[in-house]
Amino acid sequence: MHRRILAGDRLAAAFLVGCVLFNYPLLSLFDRHAAIAGIPLIYGYVFFAWAMVIALIAWAIERHVR
Amino acid sequence: MLDLSVIIAVSLVYLGLLFAVAWWGDQRADRGRSLIANPSTYALSMAVYCTTWTFYGSVGRAAVSGIGFLPVYLGPTLVMALGWFLLLKMIRIVKANRITSIADFISSRYGKSHRLGGLVTIIAVVGVIPYIALQLKAVSSSISLLLGYPDIVMPGRSATTSVAADISFYVALILAAFTIVFGTRHLDATERHEGMVAAIALESCVKLVSFTAVGVFVTYGMYNGFGDIFQRALDDPSLRQLLGAVPSGQGYTSWFSLLFLSAMALLFLPRQFQIAVVENVNEEHLRRAAWLFPLYLLLINLFVLPIALGGLLHFAGQGVDADTFVLTLPMALRHEGLVLLVFIGGLSAGTGMVIVETIALSTMVCNDLVMPLLLRSHKTLLDDSRDLSRLLLTIRRGAIALILLLGYLYFRLAGEAYALVAIGLISFSAVAQFAPALIGGMYWRGGTRGGAMAGLSAGFLVWAYTLLLPSFAKSGWLPADFLTQGLFGIDLLRPQQLFGLTGVDEISHCLFWSFFANIGAYVGVSLLRPPMVAEATQATVFVDALKDTGQRGAALWRGRARVGDLRDLVGRFLGPGRAQTAFAAFAKRHGAGSADEMEADARLVQFAESLLAGAIGSASARVMVASVAKEEPLSIEEVMNILDEASQLRSYSRELERKSRQLQAATTELQEANERLKELDRVKDDIMSSVTHELRTPLTSIRAFSELLHDDPKMHLADRQRFLGLVVSETERLTRLINQTLDLAKIESGRADWNGCELDLTEVIDRSVAATSQLFREKEAQVIVDLPENSPLILADRDRLIQVMLNLLSNAVKFLTPGSGEVRVRLRVLGEALEVSVADNGPGIRPEDQQLIFEKFRQVGDTMTAKPSGTGLGLPISRRIVEHFGGRLWVESAVGEGATFRFTLPLTSARQPLEAGPA
Repeated sequence: MHRRILAGDRLAAAFLVGCVLFNYPLLSLFDRHAAIAGIPLIYGYVFFAWAMVIALIAWAIERHVR
Repeated sequence: MLDLSVIIAVSLVYLGLLFAVAWWGDQRADRGRSLIANPSTYALSMAVYCTTWTFYGSVGRAAVSGIGFLPVYLGPTLVMALGWFLLLKMIRIVKANRITSIADFISSRYGKSHRLGGLVTIIAVVGVIPYIALQLKAVSSSISLLLGYPDIVMPGRSATTSVAADISFYVALILAAFTIVFGTRHLDATERHEGMVAAIALESCVKLVSFTAVGVFVTYGMYNGFGDIFQRALDDPSLRQLLGAVPSGQGYTSWFSLLFLSAMALLFLPRQFQIAVVENVNEEHLRRAAWLFPLYLLLINLFVLPIALGGLLHFAGQGVDADTFVLTLPMALRHEGLVLLVFIGGLSAGTGMVIVETIALSTMVCNDLVMPLLLRSHKTLLDDSRDLSRLLLTIRRGAIALILLLGYLYFRLAGEAYALVAIGLISFSAVAQFAPALIGGMYWRGGTRGGAMAGLSAGFLVWAYTLLLPSFAKSGWLPADFLTQGLFGIDLLRPQQLFGLTGVDEISHCLFWSFFANIGAYVGVSLLRPPMVAEATQATVFVDALKDTGQRGAALWRGRARVGDLRDLVGRFLGPGRAQTAFAAFAKRHGAGSADEMEADARLVQFAESLLAGAIGSASARVMVASVAKEEPLSIEEVMNILDEASQLRSYSRELERKSRQLQAATTELQEANERLKELDRVKDDIMSSVTHELRTPLTSIRAFSELLHDDPKMHLADRQRFLGLVVSETERLTRLINQTLDLAKIESGRADWNGCELDLTEVIDRSVAATSQLFREKEAQVIVDLPENSPLILADRDRLIQVMLNLLSNAVKFLTPGSGEVRVRLRVLGEALEVSVADNGPGIRPEDQQLIFEKFRQVGDTMTAKPSGTGLGLPISRRIVEHFGGRLWVESAVGEGATFRFTLPLTSARQPLEAGPA
């Protein structure tokens, strides 16, 4: 039961982290004409943050079944 | 090569394949080996979210606003993080109440209200129609592009062509026919369509593969990877701005609005609700879907920007619509296989959406709009015993055709003025209006039917005024003055600068005002009056969905019904066979031989209603059941009592459990007390009989000697002295016997006085040995005392322990051979206890006597040879004393080898308070 509650808290945390990562003002920090390894900064950032949030969700929700 | 016949053939083969998968899925479901009962299928079917909007429209959006196409996929990702709370609760509610659609959900929450269900249905249909138009537009323009192959000719305005020559009209017709055949082959006893879900999951795979293929083709075939495309775009001043400024033009407000709207859409679009909630097979599937579905979204968006930039670079200045890049890029390079694959991908995206959306909407139209109206206007329908399942199917089929035609109509009227994504966003804004009533209803008990009606109506009207009507105005079907001058020329009423609100995009503008009106009306009207009976009942069912698995609804029905009536009623909608089976299964579950033996109680009525709800919606089901069951109305007080009872019942039952535990403990105590009483009674009897017997012996000898002395006055002085000495000793024995008997009786009854104090056992032994030294001297025996330097103190009664030691020592002396006797007294510390042993070298005790000596009035050894010299109570008393202090007293002996009496006293007892009274 404890683990279930923990998973719930982690998911809520993932949601909040996502809300912050995907919105102003964090987004504006990457809003500039620059590129890393040929990838525009904003494009790289959004996809990277997105993948992280998905990984976080997967970790939180699938972890305690095993 | 790509002429009309090829296109038609490919399309038909693909649709046929879908049909086969759906048929197979239904077959498997009927045989109980569900095709869709795995979490990945569930996640893939949720990807019905990705329509032609995603497939064609995202690229168009990206070509205008760069990364601005993304928030509509980030929003669903965030919702899936919360899915474990929100979706799980929705799934539980839907399963428990056999809810068939989102209209059913909302109407059920606010007391199974027909009017509310109808309103939600109207909002859903009107709101989603632009979205269906979007699919028609995308599919038909892909077809007309293909027909132009190998040239790239942008489709003309279909509004200028006649309906008969319009491709999108035929697309609408074919899709309607396909959906009708596909989705309403039979009226399900359940509200679920397994075959459809399987086909949708397949379509999701096709979409992803097809889009990724184009992405790879453009990125690596036409250009040299991501870096190359981005570099070229950065070098082009007109494209450069797409890669920086986030949501070009409208700023972060627009970004946030899209994020929020898409999150709402994922929950409340009728097709998403259908797939994610109604068609959910197992709530555990949510786990995988929570990350696999967002991952799908990420993958399908990976190549959007490269394709958009590639298209802009390739078609620079050629006037090619960016919404078509996915198709026109492979066409421009004459890659026919890929062109067909893309066409199929777009077709999947379009058909998937249309199938699920129209099935969900048609269910709503049938259950929440048409059936209630029919039931109201044609009361005979209720009394008639006709099979109504065919009527239901007909209504649904009609609804599907109607919805697609309305979609076509919207496309003709307004579709041309907008890009794909802009059309979709109009629909998103409409379905977001369900959020306050639905989410509020799941977490707030105070929401009322009136509040929900007011909120939904207000939100819908504002949406229509600020988004829908302007879309007609922009297409020229309403005067343009309406937009620029406002309604009746009132400046404050300009639909997209309502009350002078400027500086935000039209979607954010609509979102703000519609939610302002919606939430305001919902909360405001709800607070006007307390919830009524039906509302309070359903509020509890919904709000406590995750807490309570009990059949609460059943408790809230009171009345009379006949089993036969209920079964016939269900049979009219599900078919008599199915009804028969369902009722028999229900009877079996509840331990009755057949349904006819059952009483038509609240449970059965509830069951019948939920069966019906699966087919015709909860509001209609309630009306139908009410027509055959005589329900006695419950007052609000009664309902609240029942609801309170449920929670009170839980606390009562806890209280009851506690009481019963107490009672059990008390009973056990009483039993023990009773046992003790019986035991004491027995002991008393024993003692009485033994004592009378034992007293008789000394009394007899005293009497005999006294008579001798009395009868013979001339007796010699020496004899007289001897006889008197015997009388005295027998009297002493008698006194001792009586004292010990009383002592033992006291100990056994627990009334003995115990004086506890900390004492040193070595001192007790020393004193006892000193006290008995005279006895040893008389027998010329030796006492060897072996005591440790210092022994731990124990808590016990000094006098009682001395009594024990004296008893053991005097017993030992008694059996010693005069002259060579030897007694060893030893004290040892054994970890948790002290052990005292008194060993003699007398004749020993036979094994069979070793237990007897601890029984009352038993003396062994010299009974045959000499008269008893003890009372037979010393050892029993000693044992009781030792046991009282938590120790043990026993004997070890063999005949001829002497006897060793040992007793232990635990050290732990030193720390426990010594109680007077029962041990």
